[in-house]
Amino acid sequence: MTAPHATTQFFHTFDNPWIAIAAATGALLGFITINALWLIWLERKVSARMQRRYGPTEVGPFGLLQTLADVVKLVGKELITPDHVHRPLYLIAPILAFAPLAALLSLLPIDADWVFHDFDITLVLLLAFSGLNVIAIFAAGWGSNNKYALLGAVRAVAQNISYEIPLLLAVIPIVLMTRSLSLHEIASAQSYPFILVQPLAFIIYFISATAETNRAPFDIPEAESELIAGFHTEYSGMRFGVFFLAEFTNMVIVCAVATLLFLGGWKGPLLPGFVWFFIKVYGLIAVMMVFRWTFPRLRFDQLMTFAWAILVPLALVNLLVTIVVLKL
Amino acid sequence: MMRPKSTMELVPGDDETYYLNMGPQHPSTHGVLRLRLHLEGERILGAEPVIGYGHRAHEKMAENRDYLQFLPNTSRIDYLSGMIYNLGYCQAIEKAMQIEVPERAEYIRVICAELNRLTSHLLWLGTYLLDLGGFTPFLYAFDDREKLLDILDSVTGSRLTYCYGRFGGVSMDVDDTFLRAAADYCTYFRKRLDEYHALVTHNIIFRHRTKGVGVMGPELALDYGVSGPCLRAAGVARDLRKDEPYGIYDRFAFDIVTAEGGDCFARHMVRMGEMEQSLNIIEQAVGGIPDGPVLAPKVPKRIRPPAGEHYFAVESARGHFGMYLRSDGTDVPVRLKLRTPSFVHVATMPVVLPGTMLADTVAILGSIDIVIPEIDR
Repeated sequence: MTAPHATTQFFHTFDNPWIAIAAATGALLGFITINALWLIWLERKVSARMQRRYGPTEVGPFGLLQTLADVVKLVGKELITPDHVHRPLYLIAPILAFAPLAALLSLLPIDADWVFHDFDITLVLLLAFSGLNVIAIFAAGWGSNNKYALLGAVRAVAQNISYEIPLLLAVIPIVLMTRSLSLHEIASAQSYPFILVQPLAFIIYFISATAETNRAPFDIPEAESELIAGFHTEYSGMRFGVFFLAEFTNMVIVCAVATLLFLGGWKGPLLPGFVWFFIKVYGLIAVMMVFRWTFPRLRFDQLMTFAWAILVPLALVNLLVTIVVLKL
Repeated sequence: MMRPKSTMELVPGDDETYYLNMGPQHPSTHGVLRLRLHLEGERILGAEPVIGYGHRAHEKMAENRDYLQFLPNTSRIDYLSGMIYNLGYCQAIEKAMQIEVPERAEYIRVICAELNRLTSHLLWLGTYLLDLGGFTPFLYAFDDREKLLDILDSVTGSRLTYCYGRFGGVSMDVDDTFLRAAADYCTYFRKRLDEYHALVTHNIIFRHRTKGVGVMGPELALDYGVSGPCLRAAGVARDLRKDEPYGIYDRFAFDIVTAEGGDCFARHMVRMGEMEQSLNIIEQAVGGIPDGPVLAPKVPKRIRPPAGEHYFAVESARGHFGMYLRSDGTDVPVRLKLRTPSFVHVATMPVVLPGTMLADTVAILGSIDIVIPEIDR
C-alpha cells in the first residue's frame, strides 16, 4: 500500500498533534469556504454567458468578490426561527448538512503524494458519508413543519436513495478492475483514464451524481417553481447559506470521485499533479453547470422511472460485461 | 356539461390527504392567484381557484367616468396585451357610434396589435419554461421582447400599458423608421423562432413534461367557453380575426393555427405557430400601408353612443375579449361588462387538475397563460 507521505510530513511539522488536527480542520474549512465562493461566482458567470448577460462585473476584478459581498450580507441577516418549527431538528439540520463535508474532503487524494488519510476502504467510507446528506435534508424538511418543505424532503429522500444504486453499480466495475477500494490506489492504477474502457459507467455515474447533489435537471427537492424553495423554505441568513455551502462542496466531492475513478486523477502531462486534479474537477463541475442552465426540470415520477427503468438495468449490464471480460 | 366535484370540504380524521394553499404568493401562479389543492402525496384530488386578490374594479370605474376617461384603464386589464384591449375598446365605441376610421390608422392598429401579440406570447414562452425549471429561455425570450417593446415605445411612448388608440384612429402617426423596424424584426424573429423550436420544442424533457398533460378536450373547452390558443390547441379552429373579422383583418392572408390533443404541448405549438402568423400579418400590413390621416376628422367632442346595447369582441393574445356596453345616450356608460378569457380558463382548473401531479399543476397553469388583473377586473 502506498504510504501517504504528505500527510505524515504534514503532521510531523507540528509537535503537538492537537495543533496539527486544528490546522488540518482549518485548512479544510478554508477550502470549503473559498471553493463555494469561487463556484458560486463561476455558476453566475456560466449562467450569465449562456443567457447572453455579463454576470457580476462590479465588485473586484471580473466581479470575483461579488460572492464575498453576498456572504457578508448573508452573515449579517437575522436568523429567524419560525414559531411552528420542531426546534431541535430545525436547528440541527444545517449542522448535519455541513458536518460530513470536512471528513469527506479529507479522504480525497489530490496528488500522488498529497492525501490526508489513506487506507484500504476510502471509497466505501466516502460513499457512505455522502449518504448522510439525505438525513440533513430530511431533518430540515420535517423540522420546518411546512408542507412545501416536507414535500421537498420526501422527494429528496426518494431521489437520493434511488440514484445511489446506479451510482454504486457504476463504481463497482472500476473496483473490480483495480481490485482496490482505496481512491489513491485506483487513481494510481490508471496508466490510461478508465473512461476509455468504461464510458458507460462514467455516464451513469455522472448522471447519478448530478441527481445525488440535487442539481438541475434533477433539482426536484428544491424546485422553486413548484415548492418555493423546497426543504430550505423556512431557513434564512447563514443557515440557508450553510445548505448552499454543502451543495457546492458536494459537487466538488462527486466530481473529484469521478476524476479519481474515471479520468486518471492527478495524472497529466507538464503541469503538476494537483493542478491537473483541479482542472479535471472544475471542468466536470462546469459541465454540471451547463446542464443546469440548459434543461428544464424533470417531473418526480419521470425522475424515478429514469433511475429504475433505465440507469439501473444499464449499470447492471455494464457490470456483467465487465465481470465477463475480466474473467476471460 | 362536466361539473367539478366538490372535494374541498375538510374531512375530519383523514390522515391520508392534505390541503395545500398554492398562492396567493407563489412563484408560479403568475400574480396573486390562489389555488386550494387537495393532495394525496403528490397527486391532486381536487383544486379550487380562489380569485379576487387583484381586483381593481375596472367595470365599476367605467360606470363612473366618461368614455374617454376610461380609455387608459383598458390596457391595464390585461397588461400583457394592453394594445389589443386598448384598440379593441376604441373599436367598440366606434362601432356603436359608427365612426369611420381612416385607412392608415387601421393598418397601424393591425401592426401594433400584432406586435403586442408577439410580446405577449414571448413573455408566455419565457415564463412557461421558467415554470418548468428552464432558466435560460426566459432571458432569450425577454431579450426578443425588449426589442419589440422598443419599437412600440418609439411610437406610443409607453412600454406596457399603452394608451395609443383614440376614438376614430390612433393618437400619433408612425414614421418610416417604425415601419422599417417592424419589418426588420419580422425577418430577425423568423430565425429566432427556428432556434426556439430547436432548443425548446425538440427538447426531450420539455416534451415529457408537456405531452398528454392537462388535456382540455374540445368538448370541455367549448362547454366552458374556452377561447384563444387554448381552444385552438383542442383542435377547434376559432379565431375572431377570421370568424368575425374586425378592423381590416379580412384583408390579410393568415392561417388559424390549431393543434391536436389539447394538452400543454399543443398549447405551446399553437402559440409558437401564432407568432409566425403574426409575423405574416405584420409584413403584409407594413407592405400595404397607405398614406393619409390617422384620426377621423369629425369625431364628436362628447362621446355619447346611442342608447341601447352594444357588443364588440376582439381576439386578444389570450382569447375572446368581449365588451358588452349598455348606454342610455349620456356620456357615461350604464354598464360595461368585460368578458375576459383568463377568467374562463382558470374556471376549468377544477376539472383539468385532478389526477395530475403537483409538478403538473405548474405546467398546466403556465400553459393556459393567465393574467390575474384580467381574471379579477
